[in-house]
Amino acid sequence: MLNNITMGQYYPVDSKVHRLDPRIKLILTIVFIVIVFMAKTFLGYAVILGFVWLTARLANVPFRMLLRGLKPLRIIIILTFLLNLFFTTGETVWVQFWVIRITKEGFLQAAFYSLRLIFLVIGTSLLTLTTSPVSLSDGIEILLSPLKVIHFPAHELAMMMTIALRFIPTLLEETDKIMKAQMARGADFESGNLLSRAKAMVPLLVPLFVSAFRRAGDLAMAMESRCYHGGEGRTRLRVLKLTRNDWIACGAMAALLALIILEGIFL
Amino acid sequence: MPIEVSHLTHCYSEGSALRTVALDDVSFRIENGEFVGIIGHTGSGKSTLVQHLNGLLKPTSGQVLVDGEDLNGEHVNRRALRQHIGLVFQYPEYQLFEETVAKDIAFGPKNQGLTAAEIDERVRYAMECVHLDYQKYAERSPFELSGGQMRRVAIAGVLAMKPSVLILDEPTAGLDPRGRDRILGMLEELHARENVTILMVSHSMDDMARLASRLIVMSDGKVVADGTPREIFMQEDMMTSIGLDIPEAARLCARLRAKGYDLPADLFRPEQLKEQLLRIWKEGSAC
Repeated sequence: MLNNITMGQYYPVDSKVHRLDPRIKLILTIVFIVIVFMAKTFLGYAVILGFVWLTARLANVPFRMLLRGLKPLRIIIILTFLLNLFFTTGETVWVQFWVIRITKEGFLQAAFYSLRLIFLVIGTSLLTLTTSPVSLSDGIEILLSPLKVIHFPAHELAMMMTIALRFIPTLLEETDKIMKAQMARGADFESGNLLSRAKAMVPLLVPLFVSAFRRAGDLAMAMESRCYHGGEGRTRLRVLKLTRNDWIACGAMAALLALIILEGIFL
Repeated sequence: MPIEVSHLTHCYSEGSALRTVALDDVSFRIENGEFVGIIGHTGSGKSTLVQHLNGLLKPTSGQVLVDGEDLNGEHVNRRALRQHIGLVFQYPEYQLFEETVAKDIAFGPKNQGLTAAEIDERVRYAMECVHLDYQKYAERSPFELSGGQMRRVAIAGVLAMKPSVLILDEPTAGLDPRGRDRILGMLEELHARENVTILMVSHSMDDMARLASRLIVMSDGKVVADGTPREIFMQEDMMTSIGLDIPEAARLCARLRAKGYDLPADLFRPEQLKEQLLRIWKEGSAC
């Protein structure tokens, strides 16, 4: 019922990409996004596609998983395509029919913008597919820590993120369990009008909230009894260290950036 | 309602890297009025199995037949069937949600579409079954009761639907000895008085020794043994090899036998052992 919702879509296999430093992966993903916006021609996109394909191969992630990330955005992508297709003015008219007018320029632009969206989603999916949520928030914490000078709560933010991410599967499981327990008592979550459906949620939401608060209380108690007092002076279990592979990844991304810049100058 | 499980297989996360087989070709049949215990190590597939028995999970392959009808057939009203097969989940007290105990217990009967008078009668019946005083508890909030009482309210919520088969997943987990005794006594009574078929999942071999008339032993998603407690508990080696214990009394009996005491091999209840020990003691003092 709820097990087809993959939250934090981490794909747990071991690979060179999985083992990269999360800080590097975060920075490289941001660079990748910039590169996607810089590319001006389809040739540039072909290069980017090759890069993405190679990374996915190295990461042992099936392409199917990458495409799955596109599913929630398919409406936006289709809309972008259609709007650009119909409303771009151009010289070479391909189809003219009543108010519909499809030009070659329109088609190319539509394809280009949709591809841009697809690359953005796939690029960021690669990050979340290959980085476990915990190491991701670790990376975010370290990247944000320079902001501590202006009293930005980097550690607290990362801790909150980690806890929230940690509890999403737990709460999903809990929801699933309570839902089944109430269904075993004859509850019906699937039929009826909007009002009766909303009412049917009460036996689900009340126990869920009760247990979420109970868990939060327990967790706070457990953290305090192990002397948690915030980020100050706290050391880490896994100290992040850059390895050779991290530098290779940076080099590869730099090469891609260089190619796209050259493409911008010469094409 | 006899329940028949035939070649039931269930995989979680089918078709992905996380695929795990929770049930592997499980078959058995449960007759009316039986008291069946399902035992097995953590992760042996017990909970997955019981969720199939009232259609909350769909089998990957195989069938669950209730009264000869396939539970997952196309034209089966699963909601109606579920009311004949009451399922009490692990830690059922976490499903309580209403303002008062009576209202919470009434949730099931209300979903069955009964009249107000019938519902009231069912609530009183269910509270009596779980030994909660109607006068004292009906109007209290379930959230201010003790853990054991909350669990009994939750079980009453299922009993109020008057199921002919009652399935309980670890009904005594996390309770103190007194709370545990209460629940077990209640089940014993229910089974004897109402002739309800009971299926109980548990870790506690002592609970099983006390109540079950038949045991199904599971390991790694498979049924590895199926028989009377006497048959099962005599196979100590098999039980330890899949990470299970035999009841305290059976173990003590085996050790005493090894020391040369004249005890029958098939003791597993404390009372039986006590009787035999008293007999030996009397014979000894008579000499």
